[in-house]
Amino acid sequence: MSEKRSRHIIIPCSGIGKAVGTVARRATYIVTGEKLPRQTETTCLPLLTIEDKEAAEKVRENPCITIDGCIAQCAKKNVEHHKGNLRVAINVLDVLRENPGLKPGTVLDIGPDGEKLASRIAEKIVKIISEKE
Amino acid sequence: MKINSRKIALISCSGEDLPEGTVSRVATRRILEQRDDTVTICLPLFLAGGQGERDFAKENPCITVDGCQKMCAAVGVKKYGGVTPRSTIVISEVAETLKCPKPTSKSKITSDDEKLVQNVMKIIDEKIRTVKEGKD
Repeated sequence: MSEKRSRHIIIPCSGIGKAVGTVARRATYIVTGEKLPRQTETTCLPLLTIEDKEAAEKVRENPCITIDGCIAQCAKKNVEHHKGNLRVAINVLDVLRENPGLKPGTVLDIGPDGEKLASRIAEKIVKIISEKE
Repeated sequence: MKINSRKIALISCSGEDLPEGTVSRVATRRILEQRDDTVTICLPLFLAGGQGERDFAKENPCITVDGCQKMCAAVGVKKYGGVTPRSTIVISEVAETLKCPKPTSKSKITSDDEKLVQNVMKIIDEKIRTVKEGKD
């Protein structure tokens, strides 16, 4: 019997107004591009916002991990709106509280501390996915 | 009608799954930092936020900056704000028209992508001028 393996969908908010939005986006690329490229992918969050059927189907059929930069929790709420398979919702602000020394720089350049913060988030996601497998 | 009092809303798709989304996000953000006559809103807030966020598109003349032909930002403005953007920009079309190399990295702006970003910024500036002069 062949088993269809699902890939985790990592969805950041990419908030354009705050550096933590860039941290969320950067963490996503560390996971999907460097750490777990075969087990993970991302999708454009705006596709969920405009209710694109293909994107909605993807988040329902695959386990999702959202990364939000602020309390608005756009990524989480967009996935929930589509009744997506939300496995874990991460907020950059929570990880920042655990790592108070890692203050990200600006939206366009999160700087070395922002990079470290993104790496911490990526490590959390890798752990979550590895525990499942 | 000239628009002087209201700020121009720049709404970027910032699409995570396409290099063009990264170009859209960076070009838009740079303009926002350069000009105090522009404002923005995170596109996913149209769905995740409340009526206040949805009214944002009605209250400010919008220029949307999209990475691809799906045009999520333009569609989002229409769907949630009930208005048509004053002007739209699609990065994939700009790259084709200006014969810029297609961007290849989602995670960073490469030196090749920088030319495209600069061109998109010029186009955004021109669109802002046109909208403010009421020529749109």
